Amino acid sequence: MRETAELIRKEFMLEIRQRYAINGILLYVFSTIFVVQLCFGRVIDEKTWIALFWVILLFAAFNAVSKSFIQEASARRLYYFMIASPLSVVISKMIYNSLLMVVLGALSLGLFSVFMGFPGLYAGLFVPAFLLGCIGLASALTMVSAIASRSGNNAALMAILGFPVVLPLLLLLVKASQKALTGRVETAEMLRFLSAITLIDLVVVVLAVILFPYLWRD
Amino acid sequence: MIKSMWWKFLGLALVLYSIIAGLLIDVPALPVIHQTIRNLFYHVSMWFAMFVMLGTSLVYSIRYLSGFRMRDDLMASGAVYTGIFFGLMGLMTGMIWAKFTWGDFWTNDPQLNGAAVSMMAYLAYAVLRGSIDEVAMRARISAVYNIFAFMLLVIFLGVLPRLADSSLHPGKGGNTSTMEGLDMTMRMVFYPAALGWILIACWLLQLHTRRRALIQGIH
Repeated sequence: MRETAELIRKEFMLEIRQRYAINGILLYVFSTIFVVQLCFGRVIDEKTWIALFWVILLFAAFNAVSKSFIQEASARRLYYFMIASPLSVVISKMIYNSLLMVVLGALSLGLFSVFMGFPGLYAGLFVPAFLLGCIGLASALTMVSAIASRSGNNAALMAILGFPVVLPLLLLLVKASQKALTGRVETAEMLRFLSAITLIDLVVVVLAVILFPYLWRD
Repeated sequence: MIKSMWWKFLGLALVLYSIIAGLLIDVPALPVIHQTIRNLFYHVSMWFAMFVMLGTSLVYSIRYLSGFRMRDDLMASGAVYTGIFFGLMGLMTGMIWAKFTWGDFWTNDPQLNGAAVSMMAYLAYAVLRGSIDEVAMRARISAVYNIFAFMLLVIFLGVLPRLADSSLHPGKGGNTSTMEGLDMTMRMVFYPAALGWILIACWLLQLHTRRRALIQGIH
């Protein structure tokens, strides 16, 4: 527990010290949203809004999370390997990336709403789906980044391995957001979506925790 | 020799039987599909064979991670490659069928998209293996990814199509199940066909693994 907390603190310190990484991602999100506004104009229909928002967030997630393992030089990895258990390493990375994704997602949502307007999404469904979605995207991509970092050409692999892994989650998120468009959603319907998203999150996290030790050792 | 090879002959006989009987038997005259329903014997069998192969590969990947024997990695990767072959065959037979019943080679159906993405996940597995040079590391990393890929396969072909609002496939999106629409004569051909193709897939896997074991010198 202490180890995990310490590792998360380390991630924060690193992020604050090398500010170019987070600034780069923020600028990336801003440029993408700006390009979308230039291409589509301010007025788009609500389904397009949802699709564009999730696609932008997906690519931001790829950019933000892919560095989590790839940035670690092999000497540094060996150092972590000596001092920390693989379990606390993967859990700390997942928690940190989830937090990063939630912040990044909230910022993108704000920026996107400023530039493209905000359709009346039912918050009772959209907000939990959004939070669970950010956590799921971050955890799945953390694991993919761990796999890709062990191979030769990791930038290309990150994309081809990550795309199928996050797709079921993304489809569910888009569907849940479209449902949230229709105004108030019944509780049963809402629970169906949220439980499906939670289930995928859980499966990803459990698989990652079980399988990560095999990726970690040399 | 016959003792250890009987299942190969059985597989050949069943596939031959399903091809001949599949084209000869009377099929129920249903609207839209008409005679193309005979493709069921070949199209669905491909998916059965693929599922068995990818399931085999999951088992061997788990076995590899618990014992680190190269033989298990060989079986796991061979089973994935054989599974990809049957998956592509399933996609192709399905596309031909779709052209004659739904009017297009590709429709925006959850089952189709799920199958395509699962195939992509397994093709990514092949790329991943190609990009790691060290043998033991390749075996370990790809075993981990393989377990993820199988989870995706189950989600894409087992869960999402059933959650979808509409589907052209039977048993999905509120449609009635396939088996209810199958009459007795069709079952007489369908079950042997599926079993036959599964046996052929096992045979292919055995040949593939033996050849690679010889090349790599693994016993």
